[in-house]
Amino acid sequence: MKILVPVKRVPDYEAKIKVNADGTGIQTADIKWIVNPFDEIAVEEALKLKEAGKATEVIVVGIGPDDSVQQLRYAMAMGADSGIIVKTDQGVDSDVASRVLAEIFKKGDYGLIIMGKQSIDSDANQTAQLLAARLGLAQACFASKLELGDGTATVTREVDGGLETITVPTPCIVSTDLRLNEPRYAPLPGIMKAKKKPLEEIAIADLGVDTTPKIKVLRMTPPPTRAAGRKVESVEALVKALKDEAKVI
Amino acid sequence: MSNVLVFVQQTDGEVAKVSRAAVTAAKQLKDKWGHDKLIGLCVGPSAAAAADKAASLGLDQVFYSEETSFQNYLAIPHAAATEQVAKQNDCKTIVAAATTTGKDFMPRVAAALEAGQASDIIAVNDDGSLKRPMYAGDIFADVEVTTDTKIVTVRSTAFEAAEPSGTAGSTAAISVSVSGPEVKFDNYETSGGDRPELTDAEVVVSGGRALKDETTFMEVMGPLADVFSAAIGASRAAVDSGYAPNDWQVGQTGKIVAPNLYIAVGISGAIQHLAGMKDSKTIVAINKDPDAPIFEIADFGLVADLYEAVPALIEEVKKAKA
Ligand SMILES: Cc1cc2nc3c(=O)[nH]c(=O)nc-3n(C[C@H](O)[C@H](O)[C@H](O)COP(=O)(O)OP(=O)(O)OC[C@H]3O[C@@H](n4cnc5c(N)ncnc54)[C@H](O)[C@@H]3O)c2cc1C
Repeated sequence: MKILVPVKRVPDYEAKIKVNADGTGIQTADIKWIVNPFDEIAVEEALKLKEAGKATEVIVVGIGPDDSVQQLRYAMAMGADSGIIVKTDQGVDSDVASRVLAEIFKKGDYGLIIMGKQSIDSDANQTAQLLAARLGLAQACFASKLELGDGTATVTREVDGGLETITVPTPCIVSTDLRLNEPRYAPLPGIMKAKKKPLEEIAIADLGVDTTPKIKVLRMTPPPTRAAGRKVESVEALVKALKDEAKVI
Repeated sequence: MSNVLVFVQQTDGEVAKVSRAAVTAAKQLKDKWGHDKLIGLCVGPSAAAAADKAASLGLDQVFYSEETSFQNYLAIPHAAATEQVAKQNDCKTIVAAATTTGKDFMPRVAAALEAGQASDIIAVNDDGSLKRPMYAGDIFADVEVTTDTKIVTVRSTAFEAAEPSGTAGSTAAISVSVSGPEVKFDNYETSGGDRPELTDAEVVVSGGRALKDETTFMEVMGPLADVFSAAIGASRAAVDSGYAPNDWQVGQTGKIVAPNLYIAVGISGAIQHLAGMKDSKTIVAINKDPDAPIFEIADFGLVADLYEAVPALIEEVKKAKA
């Protein structure tokens, strides 16, 4: 069974993100780009399935400008077998991403898609679900545990009140949550090897999908700042402040 | 004229508070975008009772289904019900709370109706655009959904919960036709005890990596939660290390809370954590590192060893309340 893993390039989670001068986007000058952390978890899970003999091949797919190849190479350095880059210089929202991924899925003979539950830039948490609906497949989102059976996947999901377990027929779409696994680092020899792994390039136009974003960002602003607080000297002073000033006791 | 549909989450016939906030957002969208009626949908066991309660929140009509497909939460039936009610009632705006439920099934509705979705909105702007956080809240974006049908999920801490008002709308049972892959619900394991819901509590006390292990976490944070009748939250580090259950994680990729009082204990204040709690009314931080970033947003910061400060705090609060 082949596993498809979408990989998105996002700003490093440690970076402080600032709005650009005209409020149309973010300042990208000093940003370090990384694989979206949830996608890294997805790559790791796919590699573990391959190592356990439950999958034969792990293929990563990215959508974006030439530079996003770097993140695909990183995923291949972790151990993915090959990559596909769908090239576009335009903004890609969750809806467009799901249309592109649906076409890629149809071209291959994949038994499973594992992908991040959200990308830490747009924080939309939609693509996996949109893709599942478009393909008429079941989804198992926010996974903290995944077990493959015979034509099924049993997935434990992180939900608001606790943990929920469902069994879905494969092929299906699994979206990852933080507790699914701890991704490995790409080993140095892996980085060398990754450069030689096959990478297929596809122009987005050749997929014949609607690429009009359904969400238009009109402007970006910094969030309001919280008024500065103060340090208190002791537990007694803290309780006094909570009582007299905050009036919460 | 088209209508607004709001998906109303319920347990045991009670409307979830997060959904009452979604109702408020739906009302604002109805006015701003010029829709006619506000329609509700409740599903699951005791949905009929919940529909009555939802109807009293100012909804014109509430549909409900207690059919077996809704015995437990599953995405496909939930999406099918929402899609069906939206189509049958000309609903062009569809709203739900951005809970793990709303997040899970609403995009399926979006795909089925060729609609764009704005996730996790925090305001309806004067010009009709929607405000939503991005990049762990480092950025606020004003977005427009360009499709005719629009899907919106709502950050419940950003909207007042709707209260029962004058005349209640009507309710009606529906039968939902569900198709697609068969998904089996295996089990649900709740981590909740008798404490208030995290997203609902007046006071939240959260512990971080500094709490060492599961036993220490509960020994320190439990009594602190007790004196404030608080819900307990945690940082990702505490959850990853197994000190606290998954659904206690507060932050960008966990729960968003905005209680009256938030007490962060042994939490450094990474942006991903702040994203989930910085709209709390009063923030207290207890951390032994005076330079911890959590102090930058805390109203009251105490530089101390938590193992001394927390027990002392519990004693002082008891005295103050006596
Ligand atoms: C994709 C992604 C998503 C994430 N999502 C979230 C999220 O939703 N929520 C979240 O919380 N994090 C999230 N994180 C993780 C986040 O970046 C931080 O790693 C995490 O919040 C740190 O947790 P902490 O503050 O408990 O631990 P640390 O950063 O290790 O801080 C521990 C603190 O305890 C203090 N301390 C130690 N001992 C004592 C003592 N005896 N007394 C007092 N203070 C003491 C230390 O000074 C320190 O400040 C995410 C990260 C990524 C990459």
